[in-house]
Order: sequence, then C-alpha cells, then structure tokens
Amino acid sequence: MRYLPKSPADRKAMLQAIGARSIDDLFSPIPGEYRLERDLKVPRQMAESEIVDWFRERSRENGDSYASFLGAGAYSHYRPVIIDSLISRGEFLTAYTPYQAEISQGTLQAIFEFQSMICELTGMEVANASMYDGSTAAAEAVMMAVRVTGRRSVVIARSVHPEYREVLTTYAHHQNLPLSTVPFEDNGRINLKGLEKSVTSDTACVLIQSPNFFGSIEDTAAVAEIAHKKGAMLVVSIAEAVSLGIVEPPRQADIIAMEAQSFGVPLGFGGPYCGVIATREQFVRQMPGRLAGQTTDRNGKRGFVLTLATREQHIRREKATSNICTNQALVALMVNIFMTIYGKVGLRELAKQNLAKTAYAASQFSKHAKLLFAGAPRFNEFVVQTSEDPVAINSRILGHKIVGGLPLKKFYPELGNASLWCCTELTTRSAIDTAAGVVAESERSVSAGKEENDVQEVVR
Amino acid sequence: MPYPTDYKYTKEHEWIKADGKSATIGITHHAQESLGDIVFVDLPKVGSEIASGKTFGSVESVKAVSDLYAPASGTVTEVNPDLATSPEKINKDAHSAWMVKIALKDPGELNSLLSAADYEKFVAEES
Amino acid sequence: MKHMTRKATRHVNQNEGLIFEKSSPGKAAWKLPPLDVPEVDSAALLGTSERKDLGNMPEVSEIEIIRHFTRLSTWNYAIDLGMYPLGSCTMKYNPRVNELVVRLEGLANGHPYQPEPISQGALRIIQTLSDCLLEITGMDAITLQPAAGAHGELTGLLMVRAYHQSKGAPRKKILIPDSAHGTNPATAAMVGYAVENLKSNAQGMVDVAALTAQMNEDVAALMLTNPNTLGVFEQEIHKIAEIMHAKGGLLYMDGANMNALVGKVRPGDFGVDVMHLNLHKTFSTPHGGGGPGSGPVAVKRILEPFLPTPVVIAKSDGTLGLDYERPHSVGRVRAFYGNFGMFVRALAYILANGPDGLRQTTEDAVLNANYIRKGLEGVYDLPYSTPSMHEVVFSDRLQAKKGVKTMDLAKRLIDYGFHPYTTAFPLIVPGALMIEPTESEPKEELDLFVEAMKSIAEEVEEDPQTVLDAPHSTRVSRLDETAAARKPVLRWKPGS
Repeated sequence: MRYLPKSPADRKAMLQAIGARSIDDLFSPIPGEYRLERDLKVPRQMAESEIVDWFRERSRENGDSYASFLGAGAYSHYRPVIIDSLISRGEFLTAYTPYQAEISQGTLQAIFEFQSMICELTGMEVANASMYDGSTAAAEAVMMAVRVTGRRSVVIARSVHPEYREVLTTYAHHQNLPLSTVPFEDNGRINLKGLEKSVTSDTACVLIQSPNFFGSIEDTAAVAEIAHKKGAMLVVSIAEAVSLGIVEPPRQADIIAMEAQSFGVPLGFGGPYCGVIATREQFVRQMPGRLAGQTTDRNGKRGFVLTLATREQHIRREKATSNICTNQALVALMVNIFMTIYGKVGLRELAKQNLAKTAYAASQFSKHAKLLFAGAPRFNEFVVQTSEDPVAINSRILGHKIVGGLPLKKFYPELGNASLWCCTELTTRSAIDTAAGVVAESERSVSAGKEENDVQEVVR
Repeated sequence: MPYPTDYKYTKEHEWIKADGKSATIGITHHAQESLGDIVFVDLPKVGSEIASGKTFGSVESVKAVSDLYAPASGTVTEVNPDLATSPEKINKDAHSAWMVKIALKDPGELNSLLSAADYEKFVAEES
Repeated sequence: MKHMTRKATRHVNQNEGLIFEKSSPGKAAWKLPPLDVPEVDSAALLGTSERKDLGNMPEVSEIEIIRHFTRLSTWNYAIDLGMYPLGSCTMKYNPRVNELVVRLEGLANGHPYQPEPISQGALRIIQTLSDCLLEITGMDAITLQPAAGAHGELTGLLMVRAYHQSKGAPRKKILIPDSAHGTNPATAAMVGYAVENLKSNAQGMVDVAALTAQMNEDVAALMLTNPNTLGVFEQEIHKIAEIMHAKGGLLYMDGANMNALVGKVRPGDFGVDVMHLNLHKTFSTPHGGGGPGSGPVAVKRILEPFLPTPVVIAKSDGTLGLDYERPHSVGRVRAFYGNFGMFVRALAYILANGPDGLRQTTEDAVLNANYIRKGLEGVYDLPYSTPSMHEVVFSDRLQAKKGVKTMDLAKRLIDYGFHPYTTAFPLIVPGALMIEPTESEPKEELDLFVEAMKSIAEEVEEDPQTVLDAPHSTRVSRLDETAAARKPVLRWKPGS
C-alpha cells in the first residue's frame, strides 16, 4: 500500500522489539468472537490513475460545463488562482488546530486577520474563527441570543433561507424553544406589522436574512427598532457575502451569522462552506467557536493564541456555549485570501458588477413574465413568476446547457409558478438573453394556448 | 498568606465577612492559588438573590472555570467593579479583593461555616 | 540542547507583519472583465441601503499576498514536515490525489440545487461512500450530513431522542465515562439531556458494576469512545451493550478512534446502535488548521426512520435521487448535504487502500503506538498498563517531581523537531501525555521520537530549566495566554 512507509522487515523488527509474535497479538484485547476474519467488501485497491479516472467520470455526470442561474445560499463567483496555490501549501493544509501556538503562528495570524476583516465588512466588533456554515451559524446565533437574554422564544422571518429555518427548527426543538414565523410583504421584506405583533417580552431574538432568500434587502433599522423596543436581540443572517461590497451592513444587529462561501469557496455540491458569527464585544463570552487573540511572547514579540477558551466544550463540557470543536479553518483561509485579493476597492467593484448583471436580467425577464417583490432594493437575486410550471421551462433551458432559476414551489407553494434567479459577475449577457428568450416563448405559447381555448369556447 | 480570623470559610473555598446584617464575600488565597492566573469573574447583578450552598457566579483562569458557591443566602447589594477590568487583584490579595456584598437573609447561617483555623486544617488535609 | 537533535535544524524565518500593515491606497490584486451589460447607478438602485465605504479593508498586490501567506505558512508545523502525534486526532498523511479529484470541474462547481439528472456523479459518490462506510462499521444506514464529529454527535443524540420519544418518552440522561472528550457532555446538553458521569475502573475501562448500578429507564444512551481515550479497547463491550439494551437504552459510539478498528472489527458487530465517524481523522481528509471535518452518523435499522433529510435513494428508473419525504426524521442539521468535498477525499482514500490496504493501515497504526510504548516504558510513567491499541497515554508523574509538567515536555519536544502529543487529556490521567503516531510514520521517525523523548527526560533530571523555558528554536517563545484572555485583542484596528 503506497501510503504506508514500512517494509516487511521493519514490521518484523518492530514486532520483535515489542515482544509480540505476530500482529494479531496486538489485537488480542478485542474479543475473538467480534474480530473480522474476512476482507471488507469495499472496492479493490486502485492505482492513482484509476482513482482519477473514476472521479473524472463522476465529474462528467455532474453537469460540468453548464452555465447556471442558481443561487439560493450557494453562489458561483470567480475564484482567483492564488487561493488554491496558497491553501495547498502543506503547512496550512496538513496542520491541526493551532493549540500549540509557537508552531502555529501562521494559522493563528491568518485567523486574526480573518476576524479583523469580517469585523470591517460586517460593522461588528468581534468575529469568530468560523462555524460549519451559514445555516448552523444562524442556529447557533439564535441559541446565543437565548443565553444572553435569558428568554426563550424566537421570531423568524419567513424570508430566511428555508433550509436555514429547518436547521434552526431541529436545534430549537429539543430545547423547547417556541419559534414563530413572520410572513413577508409584497415587496419581499418582512411584514413589520406582523413582526410588531410577534415580538413579546419573552422574545430572545428576531432572526432575519438580508439580502433575504428572495434577494430583497431588508429594512434592518426598522426591524431592529421593533426588536430592541421589547428587549429582544436582532440576529441577521447574511448568505451572500459579496453583497457586503455594496450593501450597507446591518449595523443595528446584535449578532450577524454569515455564510462566507461567496468569498472564494467552490460550490462543491453544497460544502464545505464557511459560517461565521460576529457580534458586539459585550456578548463575546456567550459566543460559540474558536477565537484568535493578539498577545506577546516572553521577549515582548507580537504573537497570536487561541483565547477565551473557557467558553468551549473542552473546558466547560456540558456548560459550554456550544459543542463545536472542528470548524472550517481551511475554508476560512480561502475566504481570508479572497477578501485580501479584492480588498477595499475590488469588493465594491465586484459587487457592483453583480448588481448590474442582475438589474439587466431582471429587466429582460420582466418584459415577458412577472417580477415579484419589485418594491424593495435587491442585490443579485430576483423572483420571476411564470404562467407555466418553471420545472418545465427549466427543462427546455437545460437543453441550452443552462440551469434555470430555482423553482420555489417546494419552499413557498403560495407563490405558485415562481422561481428564484441569481446573477453574478460570471453570468453572461448571452445566457441571460437565452434564458429570458425561453421564458418569453413559454409565456407566448401559454397565452396563445389560452386564446385558442377562448376561440374553442366561442365555437362551442 | 494568613487567613483572617474575623472571616468565615466554606469547603468550596469562599470567605465571608459579616458586619451586622450585611456581609462581604470573596474566594480564599488557596482557591486563587490552585486556579492560577485569574482572567475573568462572572458575578451576579445588584438586586439578585443568592442562596447558601448554591452557585452565584464563576471565576475563570486561562484553562479552567470554577463555580462560586454562596456561603450564605441574601440579596446582592454591591458588586466589586474593579474585578471586571482587573481580575488579577484576586491573585494579588484574595482576602481583600472582595466579589459581592449582600444583605444577609439569616446571619445565623454563618455559624455552620468554618473558622480560619478549621479552614486551614481542611486545606492541609485536602492537599 | 543536551543531545544534538538529529531531526530538526533551524531555518531562516522571514518576518511578516499583518496584511493591513502592508496596505496602501491604489494597490490591487484584482481585475474584473468589462461589463457586457449596461452599467448601473448603485445609489439609484439601493437608495439608503447603498454602502459607501468598506472601512479598513486592505489594498495589496498579488505578489505581496503570495509572500504574506507563504511566509505565514512557514511558521506552522504540519504532517508534511514530520510526525504529529496528537492523541485521538489521527494526524495521518493526507493524500494529494484527493486534492486533485475534489477540484475536477463537475465536482468543484456542482451547485447543490442543480437538477437531479445532472447531479448523478455527486449522488453516486455519496452512495458509494455510504456503502463503504456501512461495510466498515457493520451498521445498517447512514447520513453524511453532519459537518464534523461534534455535529455528528448532535445528530446521533437527536436520533436517540427521537427513538425514545417514539417509544413514549425521550428519557432524561446520557451516561458518559470520565475519560470522554468534552464534546460528548456538551452535545448531550444541547439535546436537552442531563449528563451523568461514569467512573472508569482500575484498568481504565468502563466499570461494568458501576454501569449496572447507574443504568435504568431514565438513561437514554451511553456515549462510549472505543478504543477509549486511553487507547484501550473496552474488552467487556458485549456486557456493556447487553446492560444498555436490557433496560431499553442505546449504545452510542464516538468513532474518534476508529483508526484502531477499520478492517479488524466492526462496531455494528459488537452491539453499537449509533455512531459517528470523523472523515478528517480515520479517512485522511486534511485538518487544514482546524477544519473542515465531516461527521457521518451510522445507525442500526431501528434508528433509520429518524435520519436527517434528505437521504439518497435509488429510483425506479435506475438513477439516484434525494428523498425528502421522511415523516419521522429529526429534520435537517445543516443546509444542503454536508461537507461534500470531504466525501470525495474520503472515498478516494478508501479506493486507494482497498480491503487489504485498510486492514494493513490499522495494523500499522497499532504497531506504531505499541512500538512507542515499548520505547518509552520506564522513562515515563504509564498509569494504565492495559494493552494499547492505536495510542498510548503516559503521565508526567516522574518529571513533575522536578517541577516539569506535561506542557513543558511538549514545548521541549518542539525543539527536537516534533509536534507535541496531546497534553493534559484524558482528564482521568493527571498530567497526561497522549501519543497517537498513526500508520503514517516510518520506523526511523518513531526511533527519532523515542530518542527525543528520552533525551528530554534526561534533561529534566540534569537541567530542568531548559525544559521549562522551551521552546528555544521557534519564531516566538511561550506566549502570554493570561494577558490574551484578560484584555482580549481579537481584531486589528488602525493605529494599534
């Protein structure tokens, strides 16, 4: 086996040194009746070339070379080449959690820079080293608000990513935290009157997403006012990190739960991604996840360590702020490098391109079909309502090697034939025109069909 | 470090000094020594009730957390504001770096606590 | 240094500031293509929601970024540099072909919501890996959704709770041995269970008599790591399982130490009802400085209805699909399907090994741990003489007499060119040195490690201060963790 660095002679010599007759001696603590005396039924040992071939085939079966209008919490942005060059360095790739600070300064300083940049972009005072993803970050942020306020109930906007809401439901269920959901308005934003009614003196927090699942930017100031008036915290989920380049961050929030996948992380069929929690300094001791902090060594030299570890499971055990241990460090490093590459100016220009592509696409689609939620500003997603089932329309668009917008019936049956479309800087005008063309054709044939029916009515 | 004889002590290593119907509470020199460098103290708010033998807060070093157990029951009247910014004061002088002052519910509760001599004996036996 | 170390040498480390300190206006590492659609007025589109300024984000060029992160990387230790014997962390070689296949276009760029007909490759990977893991564990059904080991524990206990609920009541307690990893009690608390400690016996194993006394109808499950954190196989595992099952309880296995078992024994065969695996330990996916991981949860048939949604199924037309119609499911624990990139890597590892390679891997891991044990016995105190599997736990009892603790020994080991072992864990061994070499170490590296540990033990006798002041060879000396925790500085600010 090519990963194993021992010759038969080495093994023999080692057994001899130990004083064992055979390797089986070392497995004697396992009761004989349970020992596996046969080969595992897994595929035979493959050569590297065979492994590459096997996965190449899987890659081909997985829609490579398709253009796509899918977003909904997983965004296709360009990934600068140097991200993978740098994260492939063995010193980053094959290091453990930086518990031994003196030989982990690379990882620790990188985390410190990551935390700093997340703070700059979100307007928060502290950020952690990462959470699993945006959905678990949102759920953990809500649990954090429950601890800070000592209150039990949670109010969630229906315009939060449906799978994020599902995860929160799973987390909250066994802690008996009552959840209530507030509907959205015609402009896609949370219904403020409904929110006002839902928030009570027992509300730990209000959870919204902005830009929300439909791409609409929420009026976070208004939401914050309603929450704070009743002593509840405001938790804002941000799933499309690139929006932070051009959309004012929710500075009135008490906790921000982010998905940073947009910053240089491959779509990868849903993961690994990079969740982050950011908050105000006063709440830091209730925050889950690792934190890197600056300090000095014995000679006064600047260095970094993992700090405030008493919040964590390895010290506080059942009283910890969370059970999280392994996080998404290497993915956070991708995010870090991406933020460094685009920086202060590039991130804004990048976001602006997303805005432009989306504005163009929305205008093209709205010529033929109904654009929902037009009353509020949006970032790079929009919802189109068609006369025909979007699944059928998408299957025709797929013929052009383009994946159409996400049909919403599964998540929002009340929206009928609606689908969620996303444009990024990578979306081409020609793909937009092609997709809009198919939608236009669909609308024309539906109305032609209708006319035909009308004519038949008259004839009959 | 001598243990003041006008204080009473618990087996969980808190001290309490009564002054009529009010009392001052802190942790012992031995407690700070075994914890090491103290980095954070979590204390109750003024006005909250604490109950004898129950936890009322916690004290943290870099890699450990210890619960604080109330030596007596009462209402918190004052919290030492210095400890929020300078928890190291406890390491420097645990017997003057008090944590909370309370209005005692029942001053008689203190009778069952350890005297300085008993506490010193207890610490010697424990280690 | 008493003996010249044969492994390590010094090399020049470049100094490097924070990225913010290299920034100046007008530098850029990015370039966007020209827009193929009309420009927009962002103020008109966004109104008051428009962001005007990005604060103190850096502005630097590409070569500066390459140098910045490359320099930082040289301050790290890594498996690629040498032995990384952290106990219960399984720091094994991370094969490079894994990194190549995960970047193949269709896998790297696959969107989680793309239609099923063009997701067959990803679904096939999920299914093939699931099948392999079920065969390796001897379990009946599996979810790959959890993002890490602790997340797997959460998922597993949610299913335990749902199972008991379906029988009438969720029960109240989880039993956890005193040698357990901190995630176990933290997870139990998150699922709303009380934690009851279970004392280990003199051999470092579960005390079967204590278990019998503590087991009752209030106990939902026992969370057991096997081999446990002492590296000891629970020899009375069949009794443990019987005791749990007799009172309607379940046996949860923390699979952190599965690297001692693959191909030699299957948890499903010795009575485990639910367990998680760590793909970032046993199945070679890189730790990446703390993550990402992946924590699949495998269960017996009785728990299958409660698996998180969705699950991959074979459809009547022979293609694969995702099934969301699962009325008894505990729900979702994460958006989408889990850390798919880790599935690809883990499967590539299994394919590279095959059944013979997997078994040999386990045998070598156990051989290496026992070789170290033999080499250091007598030099360091061995608190439990029970046979070791894939890791061995010593204590600093002998060295503590000179005032030298496990962390000091660990810091000194750095000077000898090794990453330290796990310090001060498990909690049942005061001053623990928990050593897991994994199968990836050649005999030469193990010999150097034993030599280094012996040399340090001699230094403790002759010149303890050298050990207490270690490390001496690193870019920074011991860092002030107290100051870091008292006055936390968690971000850079201009002028700081």
